[in-house]
Amino acid sequence: MGILSGLYSSSVGKKILMGTTGLFLCIYLVVHLAGNLLLFKNDNGESFNAYAELLPSLTIIRIIEIVLFAIFAGHIVLGTIFWTSNRKKRPKKYEVNKQSENSSIFSRTMFLTGSIVFIFLVVHMRQFWGPSRFATGEVSMYHLVKTAFANPLYAMFYIIAMALLAFHLRHGFQSALQTFGVSNQKYALMVKVLGIIFWLVIPAGFAAMPLFFLLNS
Amino acid sequence: MQFTLKVWRQHDRQAEGKFVEYKATDITPDMSFLEMLDAVNLDLARNGEETIAFDHDCREGICGSCGMYINGRAHGPLRGVATCQLYMRSFKDGNTIVLEPWRAKAFPVIKDLVVDRSAFDRIIQAGGYVSVDTGGVPDANTIPVPKPIAEEAFDAAACIGCGACVAACKNSSAMLFVAAKVSQLALLPQGQPEQKARVERMIAQMDEEEFGGCSNTYACEAECPKEISVSHIARLNREFLKARLK
Repeated sequence: MGILSGLYSSSVGKKILMGTTGLFLCIYLVVHLAGNLLLFKNDNGESFNAYAELLPSLTIIRIIEIVLFAIFAGHIVLGTIFWTSNRKKRPKKYEVNKQSENSSIFSRTMFLTGSIVFIFLVVHMRQFWGPSRFATGEVSMYHLVKTAFANPLYAMFYIIAMALLAFHLRHGFQSALQTFGVSNQKYALMVKVLGIIFWLVIPAGFAAMPLFFLLNS
Repeated sequence: MQFTLKVWRQHDRQAEGKFVEYKATDITPDMSFLEMLDAVNLDLARNGEETIAFDHDCREGICGSCGMYINGRAHGPLRGVATCQLYMRSFKDGNTIVLEPWRAKAFPVIKDLVVDRSAFDRIIQAGGYVSVDTGGVPDANTIPVPKPIAEEAFDAAACIGCGACVAACKNSSAMLFVAAKVSQLALLPQGQPEQKARVERMIAQMDEEEFGGCSNTYACEAECPKEISVSHIARLNREFLKARLK
């Protein structure tokens, strides 16, 4: 805990905590996507349901879940603290400020995109995670997913949220590596390729799910 | 050429400032931005009005004194140029130009376009130096430093401490400035003995001066008149981690 509080007391340290939690969440996204790809299997949800039933029954998953909650909470709380404290560093704003000339919109809207993804997260957990853990009696997760995404509004909300997640990761992933100090010429290509996988391929994979059920409903 | 200037006027630190409009007439395209301001000030002085205060010294882009927000950009519209090296040919005849001081909690306005940048001095005092005896020039030349490393250290040392990085950053962060200073010494053998203490102290001082944190937007690199690379910020982060993990 000494190292953590030591990092928290420095602005660079806070960024390192922000990047570390962010990268853990990126890894979680890969695992989450890999499992959910079973939705696309053409067996009327049999394998997906088996997978969805297996997860809550494993103790290790329950433990990982708690750790994951802590990481999510850490990332969200730190991000909010960072944003509010940074805002106070320029009490008088510029009359004219052409930020679009010197930086990308993704890098300047991390708190906004993060906040919307957070709202998505709450809705998403209520819709799917809650029933999968606390519902009594037999629940077909596949059926739940299918009916939820048959609603065009709900499916669109998911797709928009994934676009915003993509914007968040587009800056977030490479920003985390810069914060760890690995973002130099030697690793530039690796960072770029991994970056595209994280910001483009993964959110696109998730967005394909509501799109798939919407088109097949 | 002629221009309409919208200039931030503020009598002193405590005063409420406001924008005042001025006409800049008889300006030639080969005048520097500061020469244009000199011409406006001359008119103001002739009319018995108070001249516009702005920082300047060498006027050849190496001292870091000049610097203001010009039409929403630090040091104006060009890349890799300090305000004194900006020429009026970069502006369209008849345009309105908005002039503001650097805006940051750590850089309070002293008067008009002049801000107090002594926070940078205190960051340097916290660790931006080498206190081991490095001998004279001949001694330094006996220490082998590979050419690419020397070049990179020199790129970092090109920082003139003008504050454009802070001014352009949405968080008013001084990371590029601190990174340039830490990087310059971290690359060279003479900087090694105090490396750990240096990075810790300079970052602590940066936080204490109320500069913001880094969001890696890289606006600093885009607006730096010396085009200092954000790869130096990566090195600063690395040095910080090394100091913490040792």
